[in-house]
Amino acid sequence: MTNTIADIEQADVILVTGSNTTENHPVLSTVIKRAVKFRGAKLIVVDPRRIKLTEFAHLWLRPNLGTDVAWINGLMHVILKEKLNKADFIANRTEGFDALSKMLEKYTPDFVEGITGIPAENLEAAAKMFAGAKAGSILYCMGITQHISGTDNVKSLANLAMITGHLGAPGTGVNPLRGQNNVQGACDMGGLPNVYTAYQPVADLAMARKMEEAWGVTGLSTQPGLTVTKMLPKAHAGELKALYIIGENPMLSDADLNHVEKSLKHLDFLVVQDIFLTETAQMADVVLPSACFAEKDGTFSNTERRVQRVRQAVTAPGQAKEDWWITAQIASRMGYPMQYADSRAIFEEIARVTPSYAGISYRRIEDEGLHWPCPTEEHPGTPILHTQQFTRGKGLFHAIEWIPPAEQVDEEYPLYLTTGRLLYQYHTGTMTMKSEDLNERAPESFVEISGKDAAKYNLQDGDQVTIASRRGEIRVRVRIQDKAVEGTVFIPFHFAQGAANQLTNGALDPVSGIPEFKVCAVKIGKAA
Amino acid sequence: MSTQTLTINGRDLSFEPGETILAVARRHHIDIPTLCHLKGATPTGACRICVVEVSGAQNLITACNTPAAAGLVVQTESAAVVAARKQIIQLMLGSGNHNCAVRGSDHQEWTSFQVKVQGEDGSSQLCPVWGDCRLQDLAYRYQVSAERFDAGPARYAMETVNPFIVRDFSRCIQCGRCVQACNEVQVNNAIQFGYKGPEAKIITPGDRPLKDSDCVFCGECVQACPVGALVEKDVRYAVRPWETQKTRTTCSYCGVGCQLYLHVRDNKVVKVTGAEVAPNHGSLCVKGRFGYHFINSPERLTDPLIKENGTFRKASWDEALDLVAGKFKQIRDTHGGDSMGVLVSARMTNEENYVAQKFTRAVLKTNNIDHCARL
Repeated sequence: MTNTIADIEQADVILVTGSNTTENHPVLSTVIKRAVKFRGAKLIVVDPRRIKLTEFAHLWLRPNLGTDVAWINGLMHVILKEKLNKADFIANRTEGFDALSKMLEKYTPDFVEGITGIPAENLEAAAKMFAGAKAGSILYCMGITQHISGTDNVKSLANLAMITGHLGAPGTGVNPLRGQNNVQGACDMGGLPNVYTAYQPVADLAMARKMEEAWGVTGLSTQPGLTVTKMLPKAHAGELKALYIIGENPMLSDADLNHVEKSLKHLDFLVVQDIFLTETAQMADVVLPSACFAEKDGTFSNTERRVQRVRQAVTAPGQAKEDWWITAQIASRMGYPMQYADSRAIFEEIARVTPSYAGISYRRIEDEGLHWPCPTEEHPGTPILHTQQFTRGKGLFHAIEWIPPAEQVDEEYPLYLTTGRLLYQYHTGTMTMKSEDLNERAPESFVEISGKDAAKYNLQDGDQVTIASRRGEIRVRVRIQDKAVEGTVFIPFHFAQGAANQLTNGALDPVSGIPEFKVCAVKIGKAA
Repeated sequence: MSTQTLTINGRDLSFEPGETILAVARRHHIDIPTLCHLKGATPTGACRICVVEVSGAQNLITACNTPAAAGLVVQTESAAVVAARKQIIQLMLGSGNHNCAVRGSDHQEWTSFQVKVQGEDGSSQLCPVWGDCRLQDLAYRYQVSAERFDAGPARYAMETVNPFIVRDFSRCIQCGRCVQACNEVQVNNAIQFGYKGPEAKIITPGDRPLKDSDCVFCGECVQACPVGALVEKDVRYAVRPWETQKTRTTCSYCGVGCQLYLHVRDNKVVKVTGAEVAPNHGSLCVKGRFGYHFINSPERLTDPLIKENGTFRKASWDEALDLVAGKFKQIRDTHGGDSMGVLVSARMTNEENYVAQKFTRAVLKTNNIDHCARL
C-alpha cells in the first residue's frame, strides 16, 4: 500500500475494486465501514458480485468480468471532459499525460457501457465523485490482478490516482491489499526471480557483486529466474529437474490443477517443507516438518509495509524445526556453511544488505512495527510513499487500451466463472480446515448463482451440479445467493473436493505471470 | 498545550478542548472505574459507574461523557461517589446470575441461588469468567456484598447454537459494550438493544440466533464484554486466565498483520485475543480469533519423511538432510543450477524467506525462486 490502513479513515472518497474486503481483510474493512458510517466518507464499489460492502456503498458499479481497463479509462475520460483533473499535479509530478489523454478520447461513457455493462450515468457519477474528493483512496485486491491484463489494470488505477492527484498525501493512494500474512515480506526479501532484497535487480552486475561480497560467494547469476507459473511448464518439459517447495500448496492454489499434477510428477526430485502433509507434500520424495508461526521468532511485513514481530509462544511438535534452520542445514551440508544463532542474527544481516530495512531492528519494533523504507536507525519509517516524488522521479502515465479476457463465454460454455475466498476459510484450507467451528460455517465447496440463472437452468438451492470448463469438471452444491449477478457464477477455491482451480484458466499476464483466475467460461448441469 | 485547567483530587491538571473528565484523569494516571465505556466508541454514561463529585453540582456526574471545563473541582473517590458506586454494583449483581463468591454469604438463600445458577448454565462451577470479570473486580474493590438475590428463573435461555460464542443473557448487565463493539468498531450491525424494561435483551434483528443473523463471529463483542455474558465456547469452563501465559505476536492469516495475544496453557494455544495497538487496535476476525486449532492439530508433521516405493517412512533429520543436500548437489552439478527451482512462502517469516533466497542464489546458483503472491 502507498498509504497505511489507518490512513483510509482520512479519505473522503474511497474506491474499492476487486476486493471482497469484509471477507478477505475483515479488520481492514472495519476502517472503510467506519469512514462511511461515522465520518461521512463516500464509498464507490466496483465489483462483479454484490459483495457485502455494496450495502455501504454510495455507488456500486457492476462491470462485466475482465473489463477493468475499460471502466477505469471511462472514469478518466469523464474526468478530463469535465475538467476535474488535477492540472498542477499532472504538470509538476508526472509525464506522458498527452499520450494518455489522446488514447482516452474514445472511452466515452457509451463506449464503455458497451464493454463493461456499466450504465453511462453511473460511470459519470463515479468519476465526478472520485475526482471531486479532497482525498481519494483506491483499494484493490486480486480481482484486479488475477487477469491476463492484471498489470494493465494496476497501471490504469495508478493513472486514475495521478490524474486526480490522489497520491502522496493522507487519505489517498493506490493501495493493494495483500492476501497472505507475509506476501509483502516474501517480496521484500527477494523471494522473486528477478530481484534480491528490497527489489535490487539480479540483472544488475553491481548488485550481484555487492551480494557476492556480503555472502562470501562468487558467480551469482545475473540471469533473472523463472516465475512459479513458468517453472511448472519447464518441469513438465523435463527441463526443471528439482523443486524445493517451502510452505506452498500449488496442488490446490494454482490454475489448471491437472496440469500442475502432471508437471510435479515429471520432476526428478521434489522436496516439500510444510506443517501438514498437503496435497503437494504427498507427491514429494522428501517431506521436511516445519514450525508454524506460533512456534518461532521473526518478523512479518504487512500490507502497509509495516515490519512487525513474530514471537514464539509454544514449542513445535515432534522434530519440527524453523524453516530457516532447515534451509541453513541443507546449505551447510552442500558445502556452504550457513550458521545463525537465531532469527535476530538473520534480521541483522537483512538490515545490512537491504536499504529499505537498514534502520529497522528488533529493538525498534518491540512495541509497534515500522513502515519501510526506513533507511537509518534514526529514520521514523515511511507511512506514506511518494509524498515528494515517485521512485523513478516523475510519475509515468501509461496509455493502456482494454483487451478482452483470454476466454469468452460461448454457446457451449455460456456462463462466466470467477473465484475467490470465503470469510471462514483461508487459501487452500490447510490451516482453517483444522478448526471444526470454521468448517461448520463453511463446510464444502459450492457454486454461487443468481436466482435468475438458477431458474434458467432449473436448479434449486442445494442441488448437486457439475460445472465444467475446457480444462476440467467438478461437482458442487448450488447456492442461490443475492451476491451473484446474472451470467456470472462464483466458486471459492479453498476446497480440494470441488476444487475451483480444476476449472480456471492458466492464461498468464505477460508481465506479472499471474494466471487469469478471475475469468473463465463454464457450463452447468444437474449432476447425474 | 492548553493552559486551561481543572482540579481533580486536589491536583491542577491541564486539558485540551473536547477532552472528557475521564480522559484527563486517565492521562494523569488517576483511576476512575468504567464499565460501559468502550475505547473508540461514543461514550454513553449508561452504567454510571464512572460518576464523580463536582463542586457546586447538585448530582454526581458521569466522567466518561462530561467534557472537562476550566475551574471544575472534581473528586473521584469521595464518600458520596463511593456510596453511589456501591449501590450501582449492588443493583448489577442483583440483576442476574452473578454467583461469584464476593456476594459472600453463608445463607441458605445463597446456596439455593448457586444451585439454581448451576442448573441454568449447565455447570458445576462458579461463573465461567470468575477471576476475569470487571464487575467482580469492582465488587471486590468497593467491598460490595449483595444480599438481595434474584431467585427467579433466568428470563432468556442461553444461546449455544453457534460454534464460537456462548451468549448467557442471565449474566448480561446491559452495559451496551457489545452493541457498540459491533456497530461502532466492527460495523457489522448484527446486534442491538431489544425489548424494554425488565424484558431488556441484546438481540439480533428479529431476535434470531447469531448464526442466522448478520453476525460474522469476529468476537469483538466477546472481547468487549466485561462480565460472563459473552464467552468463547471453547474457553468456557475450560481455561482459567491465571493458568495461561500470553505472548504477543502477529496473525498468520491475511496481510493486515493484526497484533494478537496467544494465550498458552501446557504448551498449547487455548485462546486468542486482539492487542490494543496498530494496525488493529484490539479487533480481530473470525479466523484470527477462532482459527488457531491447526497449531495443535494431531495432523501436524512431526518427523522428516522419505518416500520409498511410493510410501513415506519416518527418518532422522541427519538422514533426510543428507539425502536432500546430496541430491540437490548432484542435480546442480550435473544439470546446472537453472535446472532447479525454489518456491518460498508468504507464511514464512522475513528471516526465513531471506535465508531461502540466499540459499537459492548462493548455493543452488539460480534465480529460479518465486512464491504465491501471484496466486
